[in-house]
Amino acid sequence: MSVNRTQELQDRVRAALNDKTMLKIVGGNSKEFYGNPSLDSENNKTEIIETRIHQGITSYEPSELVITARAGTPLKEIEALLAENNQMLPFEPPHFGEHATLGGAIATGLSGSRRPFAGSARDFVLGTKIISGKGEIMSFGGQVIKNVAGYDVSRLMVGAMGTLGLLLEISIKVLPRPNTEVTQCIAMSQQQALKTMREFHQTSLPLSALAYENEKLYVRLSGAESAVTAAQKKVSGETMLHAENFWRQVNEQLHPFFKSNKPLWRLSVPYIAAIDIEEKSFIDWSGGLYWIHSDKEAEEIQQLASAQGGAATLFKVTDNSHAYTERFAPLQAKIKQFHVNLKMRFDPYGILNYGRLYSDL
Amino acid sequence: MTSATKANRNSLRNKLHQVLPKSSILETEEQTRPYECDGLTAYQQKPWIVVLPDSIEQVQTILRLCFEEGVPVVARGAGTGLSGGALPLANGVLLSLAKFNRILDINPDNRSATVEPGVRNLAISQAAEEFNLYYAPDPSSQIACTIGGNVAENAGGVHCLKYGLTVHNILQLKVITIDGELITIGSQALDTPGYDLLALMTGSEGMLGVIVEVTVKLLPRPEQAQVILAAFDDVVKAGEAVAAIIAEGIIPAGLEMMDNPAIRAAEDYAHAGYPVDAEAILLCELDGTHEEVSEQIQFVQHLLKQKGATSLRTSANEAERLKIWLGRKSAFPAVGRISPDYYCMDGTIPRHQLPKILKDISELSKEYNLLVANVFHAGDGNLHPLILYDANIEGELERTEEFGGKILELCVEAGGAITGEHGVGKEKIDQMCVQFKSLELQIFHDIKHSFDSKELLNPGKAVPTLHRCAELGGMHVHNGLLSHPGLERF
Repeated sequence: MSVNRTQELQDRVRAALNDKTMLKIVGGNSKEFYGNPSLDSENNKTEIIETRIHQGITSYEPSELVITARAGTPLKEIEALLAENNQMLPFEPPHFGEHATLGGAIATGLSGSRRPFAGSARDFVLGTKIISGKGEIMSFGGQVIKNVAGYDVSRLMVGAMGTLGLLLEISIKVLPRPNTEVTQCIAMSQQQALKTMREFHQTSLPLSALAYENEKLYVRLSGAESAVTAAQKKVSGETMLHAENFWRQVNEQLHPFFKSNKPLWRLSVPYIAAIDIEEKSFIDWSGGLYWIHSDKEAEEIQQLASAQGGAATLFKVTDNSHAYTERFAPLQAKIKQFHVNLKMRFDPYGILNYGRLYSDL
Repeated sequence: MTSATKANRNSLRNKLHQVLPKSSILETEEQTRPYECDGLTAYQQKPWIVVLPDSIEQVQTILRLCFEEGVPVVARGAGTGLSGGALPLANGVLLSLAKFNRILDINPDNRSATVEPGVRNLAISQAAEEFNLYYAPDPSSQIACTIGGNVAENAGGVHCLKYGLTVHNILQLKVITIDGELITIGSQALDTPGYDLLALMTGSEGMLGVIVEVTVKLLPRPEQAQVILAAFDDVVKAGEAVAAIIAEGIIPAGLEMMDNPAIRAAEDYAHAGYPVDAEAILLCELDGTHEEVSEQIQFVQHLLKQKGATSLRTSANEAERLKIWLGRKSAFPAVGRISPDYYCMDGTIPRHQLPKILKDISELSKEYNLLVANVFHAGDGNLHPLILYDANIEGELERTEEFGGKILELCVEAGGAITGEHGVGKEKIDQMCVQFKSLELQIFHDIKHSFDSKELLNPGKAVPTLHRCAELGGMHVHNGLLSHPGLERF
């Protein structure tokens, strides 16, 4: 489906400016749980602005390795078209719901298990068109792989949770799908697994994921068939059946590990981090990402990550035990000041997703 | 813009002499002359004063003093930049990071290296070699250019298509703000909370802060790398071969094209065995495991023949591979030998526009009566037309600049950009008015103000004033549409 509702969305933002209404940007509503809960104050009413009405793939030339689509385009539509042409979104964005949109994937900036080997959502963004909080339409970057004209505002939008602008259109670099993909599963302890991941990751093995959970190391290999077959022998272990399903379940948090009523924490840490906590973890990104269900105080988990040079995000809660906890880790004072300065420039009246990233942005 | 007076500068000079050793301040004509330009020698300006700090504390003090006195400051690495980004200011401080040349840490387990900004690009890979790791971005000037400048310009190289630009290969920066505060942007982990200031800082051309430490990602060296040199009797066929390789799902480590004038110059200089009668050559490098490379080399050889390659040569060993690359990597100095001066452009285009752009450039070349040699990062659509000229001939530099400007406008029209990896600097500031509308340029100024409220960091570079674009607008009426129509004109 292809519908251009640029004007309508711009009018909505301008009307909100006039009425001093705050806007909550919603795509497929699949990642509603992520980030701070949107603020409803007594003085300002919050209205929902839906981007799903603004959808469609506007250009795609497989040999250029670039796709451009409106923000409300369903991710599954983009992925299906790419698959037809034997290509993919290399950062494996999680959907978390049937109606997930490209805009939501970029605004949250989340990346899947391939990230340490292929790159993140922000790495693949080439250009964006946005509506600022002043109701102005602006374009940055473009459809070319290299572009250093002007500040990199396109990548600044990735993970900004819609607080700097409403995404209208996004250009993304895509890559060919690997010819062959297999996953080897090796039984070992967590300590052994972390050591093995470090060793593997320093070799030229054709890796595309390294994860660990419940006494098992999962090694995904991707590339030319001959290369994958040779690597399988070096890695050893058992070849997983239905591995594709396994990785999808991990990415979409449908894997049994994620069945818990406790708050889910996401710790992005250096590969060499040693996270010492009694709760069980799901370790992804070659040791660079820990998922932990824990009732512990937010400060304690934050401290655990920051002591290792990383940061913890309160990813998902199932009750209101953390109603007033900032979901994202605190920032250095000067860095925070730069955030506030940027917010003031892009959205001076604070109408776009106010508070979603940090409660005062 | 700064309103610093002579009194401010005198006061700053006195304070600088109090905090820095005498040897770290250069003021005389013969001392400051070497800093009058960067790699773009067409623009020259001696700085008012040069300072060479050797500690983070000294940089903090220098910036704080500049901030207090309202004196502008331009940071400089090795000065190899090609857009005049490090061009000094007559009334400003030139801050050289040359003494920040230590590799602080190579961490193979974290696959990262932490270095000072004055460390040369190639030195990082050399230091990581004992762990069989390397730093991927490889601008042609990598033996001389420094990592701080690479970050400031978001430098590329010949391996960008597969391995990305600088922005994809760094983890963390330590930056001094204009008021002297030390901040950490990014982290040693892959994701960092908040806005992606790491991306914003990369390629910001010294306009937002001064980088004093960089943590880069390191990659395992591929088991094998081989390059195919393919000759074509037509540049369009070479361009089609590029699209065919990528359409087959192969991402080469490097995919470069050169046209006949560039081939001749490079061969004459580097003796790499290039076929000098070819209209175009492609260099296609494949890397990975032994099995993968062997499989892909055969496939690509076959494909290139199918697409009309007139001859093929494949490197059989590392020495031969490096020799084939030497011709390409020395293309700029090679062209420098056949012409008194050359002017290197850096536009990018969607790849399928290549035949049209090359035809247009060749027509402009006739119109301006100036020869052009084309070097092209074909995989990622980044063109480097080298315009040959003689600065001693009255008016030739001006004609060259006008010709170059037209090439960049063609790139924008084709859906590309005015700079792929060299930056805007002083050189392409007018073309920014073609690339962006007033609203975008205004937000760029707003971003600068968010970090540098007094506009003291490298002022006058990278982003033109709206006023300047309005004045130029009269000259750039395109399809009857005036650019920046909302601005008052004179």
